[in-house]
Amino acid sequence: MNRTGRMVFFLISVAGFFAIYLWALRGLSPFGHYPGPYGDVLNKVAVYERHATDVVTAVNFDYRGFDTLGEEFILFISVIGATLLLRRQKSETEDGDQEDESPNRTAPAPSDATRALTLALIGPMVLFGLYIVCHGQLTPGGGFQGGVILATAPLLVYLAGDFESFKKITSHTLVEAAEAAGAGGYLLIGFIGMILGTFYLRNVFALGKTGEVNSSGTIAAISIATGLEVAAGFVLLLYGFLEQTLEIRLGGGKGGGKK
Amino acid sequence: MMHFMSFFPYAIAAWLFVMGLYGIVTSRNFVHLIICLAVLQSSTYVVLLSIGYRWGGVPPVFAGPPVGTPAVDPIVQALMLTDIVVEATVVALLLALAVQLHKHTQKLNPDELEALEG
Repeated sequence: MNRTGRMVFFLISVAGFFAIYLWALRGLSPFGHYPGPYGDVLNKVAVYERHATDVVTAVNFDYRGFDTLGEEFILFISVIGATLLLRRQKSETEDGDQEDESPNRTAPAPSDATRALTLALIGPMVLFGLYIVCHGQLTPGGGFQGGVILATAPLLVYLAGDFESFKKITSHTLVEAAEAAGAGGYLLIGFIGMILGTFYLRNVFALGKTGEVNSSGTIAAISIATGLEVAAGFVLLLYGFLEQTLEIRLGGGKGGGKK
Repeated sequence: MMHFMSFFPYAIAAWLFVMGLYGIVTSRNFVHLIICLAVLQSSTYVVLLSIGYRWGGVPPVFAGPPVGTPAVDPIVQALMLTDIVVEATVVALLLALAVQLHKHTQKLNPDELEALEG
């Protein structure tokens, strides 16, 4: 399809989209007047039923825990797919048809200001990430958000140093194992409910005292598993893209690439 | 003011959706196309949050305010939260595809790709 034809098709589609969208909006209550009832019911019962004060996390890891499991596996498979695509291809190790046009260029070393700031940030970021993962059931946070924060720590190491130091602190096998353990942990916590004779992903752990870190039963456990998976997943993605840009293409011109 | 706000968030969502789609349709570079897809998808966040919003509602976190305080809908927030993280990884997967495409064909323009090659 040429560009004009494509634009015509686009404009017709947009007109159709607006017609359906406006029709759908007529059935919605005006902005700011949430009609309920599901959100209101959960806001009333979640704190008593699950001892979790953050209802969003309770919804994610308990009330709709099975759906989140599915989404978690979309994440898992996306990471696996990206890692597969970014690994060193057979042709690249053997001949590497892409010439490096300026093989002698060197990346400028990070400035002292960058280095000082990022080094100072690494510790607080790890602590902050762990805090967000562990307190998801109490205050806004949880595995998804905390995991992403944790994954920024190796990125800060890369910014402060180079790819070699990034590789040193992210043992690839360990990160892959963490990724699998996070995804598998969520799956297995679900089975505990079945082993105890109830349903899959039923909240069977001790609920603890509302407002304390070890409250909310499986919600906290699943949150930690998710945090592990998200953090490891993002580190794998960072690793894949950094390796792709910094090593594989540069190595290609030398007819073999560095190991 | 209230009248304007009653449709404004939905208009923003429609704008993001259509602009993202326009970018995808007219894109001449796969990286640009993937970012447009992310823009398009962000319209769903605006719709979800708008549906669940309540004037004067507190966040659905009862660590401070007592249970029973009027709050916004926690369900749409939960949907959105997982969506953001999943979107980020899907974008990464698509960008990895673009990297491989460029490596194998030296092309990033969708128009220049004639047919599927094995």
